[in-house]
Amino acid sequence: MSGGILELKPERLTAVDFAEQAISLCGKSFRAHMSGALYWPSENALIVADLHLEKGSAFAARGQMLPPYDTRETLERLAKVIDHYGAETVIALGDSFHDTNAGDRMAAEDLETLAIMQDNCEWIWIAGNHDPSIPEKVCGHVLPELVASGITFRHEPMPGPVTHEIAGHLHPAAKVSLNGFSLRRPCFVGNGLRLILPAFGAFTGGLNILDDAFTPHLGNDGLMVWLLGQEGLYPVASRILRED
Amino acid sequence: MSNRTKSKPPVKIKAKPAPRKRSAKPAARRHDTQNDVPDLELLPPKFQTWFRNRDWTPRAHQTALIERVQANQSTLLIAPTGAGKTLAGFLPSLIDLSGRDDKSLKGAGLHTLYISPLKALAVDVARNLLTPIEEMALAIKTETRTGDTPQSRRTRQRIRPPHIMLTTPEQIALLLAHPDASFLFADLKTIILDELHALTGSKRGDLLSLDIAALRCFAPGLTTIGLSATVARPSELRAYLVAQNAPDTHHDLADLVITTGGAKPRVAVMELEEPVPWAGHSARYAMPAVYEQIRQHKLTLVFVNTRMQAELIFRDLWRINEKTLRIALHHGSLDVAQRRKVEAAMAAGKLDAVVATSTLDLGIDWGDVDLVVIVGAPKGASRLIQRIGRANHRLDEPSKALLVPGNRFELLECRAALDAANAGVNDVTLARTGGLDVLSQHIFGMACQAPFLPDAMFIEVRSATPYSALTRQTFDRVVEFVSTGGYALKSYDRFARLKTNDDGTLRLAHPKLAQIYRMNVGTIVDTPMIKIRVTSAKTRRPTQAKTTGTRPAFTGGRVLGEVDEHFVEQLKPGDTFAFAGQVLRFEGLRDTDAFVSRSNAPDPMIPSYTGGKFPLSTHLAERVRAMLADRTYWHHLPTQVVEWLDLQSQQSLIPSPHDVLVETFPRGKRHYLVAYPFEGRLAHQTLGMLLTRRLNRAKAQPLGFVANDYGLLIWTARDLSQMIADEDLDIADLFSEDMLGDDLDAWLAESHLMKRTFRNTAVISGLIERRHPGKEKSGRQITMSTDLIYDVLRKHDPGHILLEAAWADAAQGLLDIARLGKFLRRVQGHIKHQALSKVSPLSVPIFLEIGKEPVAHAASDVFLREAAEDLIREATEQQTT
Repeated sequence: MSGGILELKPERLTAVDFAEQAISLCGKSFRAHMSGALYWPSENALIVADLHLEKGSAFAARGQMLPPYDTRETLERLAKVIDHYGAETVIALGDSFHDTNAGDRMAAEDLETLAIMQDNCEWIWIAGNHDPSIPEKVCGHVLPELVASGITFRHEPMPGPVTHEIAGHLHPAAKVSLNGFSLRRPCFVGNGLRLILPAFGAFTGGLNILDDAFTPHLGNDGLMVWLLGQEGLYPVASRILRED
Repeated sequence: MSNRTKSKPPVKIKAKPAPRKRSAKPAARRHDTQNDVPDLELLPPKFQTWFRNRDWTPRAHQTALIERVQANQSTLLIAPTGAGKTLAGFLPSLIDLSGRDDKSLKGAGLHTLYISPLKALAVDVARNLLTPIEEMALAIKTETRTGDTPQSRRTRQRIRPPHIMLTTPEQIALLLAHPDASFLFADLKTIILDELHALTGSKRGDLLSLDIAALRCFAPGLTTIGLSATVARPSELRAYLVAQNAPDTHHDLADLVITTGGAKPRVAVMELEEPVPWAGHSARYAMPAVYEQIRQHKLTLVFVNTRMQAELIFRDLWRINEKTLRIALHHGSLDVAQRRKVEAAMAAGKLDAVVATSTLDLGIDWGDVDLVVIVGAPKGASRLIQRIGRANHRLDEPSKALLVPGNRFELLECRAALDAANAGVNDVTLARTGGLDVLSQHIFGMACQAPFLPDAMFIEVRSATPYSALTRQTFDRVVEFVSTGGYALKSYDRFARLKTNDDGTLRLAHPKLAQIYRMNVGTIVDTPMIKIRVTSAKTRRPTQAKTTGTRPAFTGGRVLGEVDEHFVEQLKPGDTFAFAGQVLRFEGLRDTDAFVSRSNAPDPMIPSYTGGKFPLSTHLAERVRAMLADRTYWHHLPTQVVEWLDLQSQQSLIPSPHDVLVETFPRGKRHYLVAYPFEGRLAHQTLGMLLTRRLNRAKAQPLGFVANDYGLLIWTARDLSQMIADEDLDIADLFSEDMLGDDLDAWLAESHLMKRTFRNTAVISGLIERRHPGKEKSGRQITMSTDLIYDVLRKHDPGHILLEAAWADAAQGLLDIARLGKFLRRVQGHIKHQALSKVSPLSVPIFLEIGKEPVAHAASDVFLREAAEDLIREATEQQTT
């Protein structure tokens, strides 16, 4: 990058008003959290997408020894945000497990952590392409999709001008560029009628929302984008979006 | 690559009516030079005749090497450029091979490995080697083996190798990872390591040292020959060349043959009427004078420090090229075919000048260069000597070189480098502990070749000089890392990549792993590179592609070369930039290709150059400090620079060589702190980060900082001079050495530099694959995933060996912590603070860096907040959404 110096402005970092953002979808009110989870106050439900538990060990099984800590990291983050909102229902939007054997590789203590988290919650696993079935050792309802209060929750967003939908699968990320500085982060992306959640898992990468894959779902106009930062969630203008 | 004859100027090679005649390059020396001992007796008759026919006699160091190698004695030859080093290296092998009986062979017959740091150098040397072989009609087969060698030939070379193979370190690693390595290397007698000073002292050198240790096991009688330019501490190179048999008690050393002498180079700093600029590095002000010099010489090499700088200067020279001199461009981003064309034209005497980067630094002999122009700061005396050595590749004639500083500090640095070169001082440092990531890669490779016994492997590894201090415990941790990732949480044992045999040896768990190894070998982790492709205007799609959501459907297009991803990231469609000597218009990006079209714009819109790549060497920094403090020296400097320094001593002060000057002053609404440590950009950046943290804690409200090779500048919201006067801030405390403790840890943890270092370590060690069979991973994906891994690892396994390795790398690499530590120790009690009412003269060049050097660090949330506020502003202004 050339030009454009980014100045540290510590006095402006003290505010907490960016930790979550209100998102309205077909008249329903949600709160998007900087962790990448979506909270639905009226149902007291927390929605997360693409946890990809046991992704590290899936690579290890193929000979690439990624650290074995991604599951506990993801679960820790999830537990934290469930606690934060006191949510009583958790909806995991699919690809919660990296593959169908993930349960066999999962450490006993991680299974226990998950079980404890599930004790206090109604837990719904939406099936994803990575996890058409859920490990036997794990509790919770498994559904192909869920319709609640007029909103459809599914893993893969339907192509076409669908509305009233919340999905995952695409791992949206945005690259933004302003004043000569650019940054790429996971993001929530929507158009007011449907919303795609960022991947929540610790080892999940992102796909640029300007990629072709998003076009059938979100069209070309009126993109609404919220970027995940370290300390907040930031809505940005679509004109500062960049391709990779 | 196709011809570009139809494209508009500037073109790289222009035909001239009457090409000048050039003398043939002397492969050995004529009778009349010094050091010669007319001793042909040592040579077989064929060689004697050849020397006589050429009217040559072998040089003393050439015969010395023949004797050493015949006595099976590994040797380091230090000789200046142009002393016939390469021939000296090969003569023993040529002689031995000419008398060898092939019936005595135990293996494939490979006799000599020549290893160079550069592909191009290997190719060039192979070409030169053909002359003696053909003229003496020796039945010796030589071949190169590089990344460019076709797969079919590479496969054949493993079974039927040439007698002499010329190659690069990475290829050796690849050959060693094959089960047939023991057959291939069974007859190996000699390894010639060219430009050894450039091979050692890096991770590449670490890997090569391990490879040579492995080769010694296949061919126990192996002799190594190191060829090197002058270095400060030859003993480190001598140790590198031989096995360390008793690393706990002493270091074994190779023999040493030194050739000194040769004429002293004639080097000068270019003096012009025009004032040397305050800032910048590209020295564009001096181009008319450089052009005049090119006109007066046969072949001029114009060396610059970065590729983008090369582009700028190439364009500037062509803009004033009224005589249509044949000026070419050569840098590492250009397509190989394009580079070869320039090299060939140079060797054939068809060029007047070449603007080049370090790709031409090493001892390639492309033609009769009679002037070297060095633009920008040389950054190190050894580097300067190396570059100067490219002029007049003959020992007895003086090389001629001109230094062209880009700014005032660079002028001081040029003077210092010049004085160092004249005094014969070198500043190459080689002391280095081998990287653990490299060791991991090597152990994985050795497992691909054959099962190994850890005890024996430990001894073998310790025989490689960079690893002679390795402990068994660390070695075992590395082996564990290779096998299961070495995590505190032992959950991967069933996926282990190494399995134990009954005899205690470790074997590869699956043959597929060998394929993964071969696709990921090497220690050079470049910034991800993007190919520049020219697309024609017809196939170009309009640029609203982005907003309409469809991706531009670019296809085909000729490849001009590669640029690093960070550069492409700042471009938006329609932007123009200089590349391969032309102005190009950026059209769009598809996968790892950037599509461009030719632009008619006279000037590129995007200035590409962001600063020197090499930090100022410690030795030069000392010289610059001494020079500043010594008024009696100033008459060597141009008047305007002396006036500048005079002004500085009136308004502030000129620090003594042992002191560091710190100035504070207000300007506009802000307050500034400038320090001049002269410790190089990397150390200054680290210092800047740490000082900013401390100032923040002292409630000085730091807002940002910039650093260059000479100093750093921090700006704050509060009045620092006042704070110091009120004793709210203590300048000695601010610079106290303990900042390298907690502050460093805390900052490093979040630093993007540390993440970048970790990324290299993760890739080299094999934790992250660059390429997976059947998949090509783009650089960006690598960056993403190692950042995620770094965060998770730091939290859940802070003692992991890769974090340890990355920290060690950061300390000696990107962050230059070692140097910063020495600096902080040195200046305790020697800080001279000046509270000023306005900007000091000395600070002006650093001031001008503001806005040029991006301050990219943990401030991403500040950035995002600005982006969000930008949206809010937009929303409130439009009153629509």
